[in-house]
Amino acid sequence: MRLQPPTSAAGLVRHHLLALGLAAGLAAAAAPAFAADGHPLKVVASFSILGDMVKEIAGDAAELTVLVGPDGDAHVYEPTPSDAKALGEADLLVVNGLGFEAFMPRLVEAAGFKGRTVVASTGVTPREWEGEEEAGHASAAAPDHAEAGHEGEAGHAAHEEHDHGAHDPHAWQDLGNGETYVENIVAALAVADPAHAAQYERNGAAYVADLAALDARLKKTFAAIPAERRKVVTSHDAFGYFGAAYGIEFIAPQGVSTDAEASAGDVARIIEQIRDEHITAVFVENITDPRLLDRIAAETGAKVGGELYSDALSKADGPAPTYVKMFEHNASALAAAMSGS
Amino acid sequence: MSPAELVLDPFLDYGFMRRALVGCVAIALGSGPLGVFLIQRRMSLMGDAMAHAILPGAAVGFLVAGLSLFAMTLGGAIAGLTVALLAGLVSRATPLREDASFAAFYLVSLGLGVLLVSLKGSNVDLLRVLFGSVLALDDAAILLVASVTTATLVLLAALYRVLVAECLDPGFLKAVGGGGGVVHLVFLSLVVMNLVGGFQALGTLMVVGLMMLPAAAARFWAASLPGQMAVAVLVGVGAGLAGLLASFHAHFAASPAIILSAGAAYGLSILLGPEGGLLAGLVRRPHLAR
Repeated sequence: MRLQPPTSAAGLVRHHLLALGLAAGLAAAAAPAFAADGHPLKVVASFSILGDMVKEIAGDAAELTVLVGPDGDAHVYEPTPSDAKALGEADLLVVNGLGFEAFMPRLVEAAGFKGRTVVASTGVTPREWEGEEEAGHASAAAPDHAEAGHEGEAGHAAHEEHDHGAHDPHAWQDLGNGETYVENIVAALAVADPAHAAQYERNGAAYVADLAALDARLKKTFAAIPAERRKVVTSHDAFGYFGAAYGIEFIAPQGVSTDAEASAGDVARIIEQIRDEHITAVFVENITDPRLLDRIAAETGAKVGGELYSDALSKADGPAPTYVKMFEHNASALAAAMSGS
Repeated sequence: MSPAELVLDPFLDYGFMRRALVGCVAIALGSGPLGVFLIQRRMSLMGDAMAHAILPGAAVGFLVAGLSLFAMTLGGAIAGLTVALLAGLVSRATPLREDASFAAFYLVSLGLGVLLVSLKGSNVDLLRVLFGSVLALDDAAILLVASVTTATLVLLAALYRVLVAECLDPGFLKAVGGGGGVVHLVFLSLVVMNLVGGFQALGTLMVVGLMMLPAAAARFWAASLPGQMAVAVLVGVGAGLAGLLASFHAHFAASPAIILSAGAAYGLSILLGPEGGLLAGLVRRPHLAR
């Protein structure tokens, strides 16, 4: 499997293709420029993290609807009629892809959605579910891979494999991928609403710069922690990308998705692992049942390091109301627990 | 590994396995005898109906107070007792039969619960919460299950004669001036409380399995009511033990493994039970022909 993390090169390539090719195509077909006829661009984002990205990029220029809101679990989300209504009226749909939004194909059909869809993870190198621990170890040894990866090939393999669930969809848990997401969304917004294209590109560039700065800062923070301490237990397997990017090994009791229920054997294995490897911290997530992890923590003497945000942001008054704040929150909680302070 | 080690080691090595077993034993002790009474009264599906009635109450408790044992228990108990009370009253005051009025009220409760949940609009995996987790029993959950079981056994002992009389001949109890209605309501409340206590461990729907399956299996092993209750408790405890071991060694999800163990005990009882089991019927047939 590929250990190189996703790069933003693919996103840039796609950006330019979209900006040049599609814009020309649109002009030729005389498609309506949405914002030009008075009403603001209507954008639907599938879940809270994508919603925050659209908000950062578009500001007030677009009218945004988020389907799976704060603290919601997109793995098991059931769409409502009002979702279908919002989507039916939308000009642009922003989804994560990689099989994350299982409800989306049905909803798109039911809503009669006629607009354009942008798959935010396009160009990201997807992680396989298998062999995660090896990936974690390897990247722990080479935490500077993201710079090396910038001249990576455009991930056309990603396109072929979008449809089935063989890949870990939580790609936004690597800020390098987050930059790709932002570039994809900027390109799609610029094509859908050329009148505001300059604004989208300006905001997007500033946002990408912020993410890159945060990415560099976090890499430095985690590199300062000894590798053997960079191990934590979480309640579901959502941090594969995070672990690969920052050299942390995440161990999850519940298998690959929130759908799988842990067996007694799984729980025993994790307790053994915590004891054997002297793991000091256990984290719960905002969207899953914390009781099992509380039990594991009580049994092993590991401490519960706090709540991590994986698939959904917190509400506005919580600790992780935006993508950037979510990353800062997760990183500081992890760093504090692993450095034993 | 010797067989003894296969059975004992998981419980010796891991506190969560011991807690899970304690929870299962407590549930089996209280729910088994209640299940026997439910079968005697031809109310076998009542447990299922009550579990559906409890679910929305527990869900509303969860939405109001988060993952709080107290709020979810209180919500479930209120919803369950309300349904039991109203259904009991309607069936006694009108010609509508009890099963029909139970069906009506639990469906209303279920509808109301789903409506309230969707009004609040949270998408947290409520099902996971409601399906309990026998592997994650904390002190409060174990105390709750144990208290419910203690209260159940004490009340069953105190009301045993009246309950049996009401089971077998409600008319007689009325004629001698016994408080049939009150006893019936106490009994229904016990069913509700056992389901509410058990859903922390097994989930609202799975706990019904540990109430009815051992009782149904016991029917094939003993003729007397006390005998059936004893067998039901034993089958329940055995199913808990077998299910947890299967979950430990074969990596099955825990609560379905427990219920399926009870189901396997039921299947074996149909075949092998001396009281009306299929094999006993085959053996006896020549005897009758003579």
